[in-house]
Amino acid sequence: MTLPPPVPGNPVAVPVLALGNILLVTLQGDLHDGMAEQLQQDITDRIAHSAADGVVIDVSGVDIVDSFLGRVIAEIAAGVRLMAARTVLCGMRPAVAITLVELGLTLPGLETALDAARALELIARDPAAVAPDTPEGGT
Amino acid sequence: MHVPERAAADSAARELAAFLESRREQIAQRWADAPLFRTVFTVSRDEAVEACKAVVDALSEVASSGRLESVGAPGFGPVREQLGHMAASRSRSGFTPGQIADEAAGLRAVAVELLHGEAQGPPEREAPDVLLALTVLMGTLRLVLMETAVSAGEELIARQQLQLLEVATPVISLWDGIIGVPLIGTLDSARSQVVMESLLQAIVEQRARYAILDITGVPTVDSLVAQHLMKTVAAARLMGAECIVSGIRPAIAQTIVHLGIDLSSVLTRSSLADALAYALARQGIEVFRRADGASPR
Repeated sequence: MTLPPPVPGNPVAVPVLALGNILLVTLQGDLHDGMAEQLQQDITDRIAHSAADGVVIDVSGVDIVDSFLGRVIAEIAAGVRLMAARTVLCGMRPAVAITLVELGLTLPGLETALDAARALELIARDPAAVAPDTPEGGT
Repeated sequence: MHVPERAAADSAARELAAFLESRREQIAQRWADAPLFRTVFTVSRDEAVEACKAVVDALSEVASSGRLESVGAPGFGPVREQLGHMAASRSRSGFTPGQIADEAAGLRAVAVELLHGEAQGPPEREAPDVLLALTVLMGTLRLVLMETAVSAGEELIARQQLQLLEVATPVISLWDGIIGVPLIGTLDSARSQVVMESLLQAIVEQRARYAILDITGVPTVDSLVAQHLMKTVAAARLMGAECIVSGIRPAIAQTIVHLGIDLSSVLTRSSLADALAYALARQGIEVFRRADGASPR
C-alpha cells in the first residue's frame, strides 16, 4: 500500500473523534512525519479546549510498525499525561506486538487494551485514575 | 603427460566395467552372504542376490561412465534408495555410520579375489590399474552409503524438531478470559518465538485479559531464557493482556537472584494455582465452598 507523499504544509490529517470525554484516534497504514506532528498537535489542542480526560489510540489498521511509529505513540502518551489525561493503546496485532518487542519498544507506562471496546470500558471503569508515572518515560 | 594418464585411467575404468558385468552373477552370489545384505534381506536369499545384482549393475554403469570418484554420478541414482534402506536397517540395529561403511568396504575383498583369479590369463601389468580403479569405485560406494545414512538421520532430526515445536507449546483456556501456557523443556529462541506467536494469537481469539506462563517444566533459567520471558510478557501487555509468570521453583528463584536478572517488570507467582487465584481476584471473581459441604462421591 503506497500513499501519495504528503504535500508540504498540507498533510493528510488523521481524524480525532470525540466520544463524550474520550478522544478516539484510529491510525491506518503509513504515518508520515507531517501527519504525526499534526496529530500530536491536534490531540493536545483538543484536550486543552475540551473536557477530555482520555485518549484511545486504535492501531488495528497498522500492519507494519517501525521505531518511528513507536516513538510517535510514546510521545503522544507523554504529552497527554502532562495534560492530566490518560492514553490507552488498543487493537494491536500479534505481529506488530512482536516487532515492537524485538525493536525494544515495550512502551512502558502506557495502558493497553485488546480492542476499542475494551479500551473505552477501561477508561469508563475508573475515570479518575491517571496512568502511573514511570521514571523511564515513553521512549 | 596428463592425456595419456587420463586415457589409461579411462581404459582401466572400462575394463573394470566389463569385468563387473561379466562376473556380475558370481559377485552377487558372494555379496549376498556379506552381513550388510544378509541382515536386510532375511526372508529369502534370492532377494538378496537380486539386490546385489542391482548394486553391481550400478557400479559397472558408473565405471563405464568413467566418473569413478563422483558421488553424484547418475549410475548411483537407482540404488540410492536401496542403499538408504540397508543403511537404515543397519543403524537401527545399533551400528554407527562408520561401521556400516566398514561393512561396505568388506565387499571389495570379494571383487578383488575374483579379479586376481582373472588376472592369470590377460597380461599381468594391466591388473594394478584395474585394481586401483576398483578401489576408487568401492571408496565412492562407501561414501554414497555413508551419505544416504547421514541424510536419512538429518531428515529424521528435522522432522522431530518440527514436531517438538508443535507439540510442546499448547495454549490452554483456564477460565473465561484467562489462558495458560505450560512451558516444558529448555526455552531457546526458536521455541520462545513459537510460544510468543501462539500466545498472542490465543489472546486475540479468546479475548483473554490474563495470560499465565507456567515455567514449572523449564529445567534452568539463565539470562537468555529470562530475556525471552520478559519479551513475551511485554508483547502480551502490548496486546492488552496482563501476563503472570508462575511455577518458579526455589532453586530457580535463587539462580535468578544470583545472576542478577531483573524480573521486576514481570508479575510472578509461585504456583499456577496462585496465578489463577490472582487473575480471578483481579476480575472480581470469588470461588466459595458451598455451605452444604462437598457433594458426596
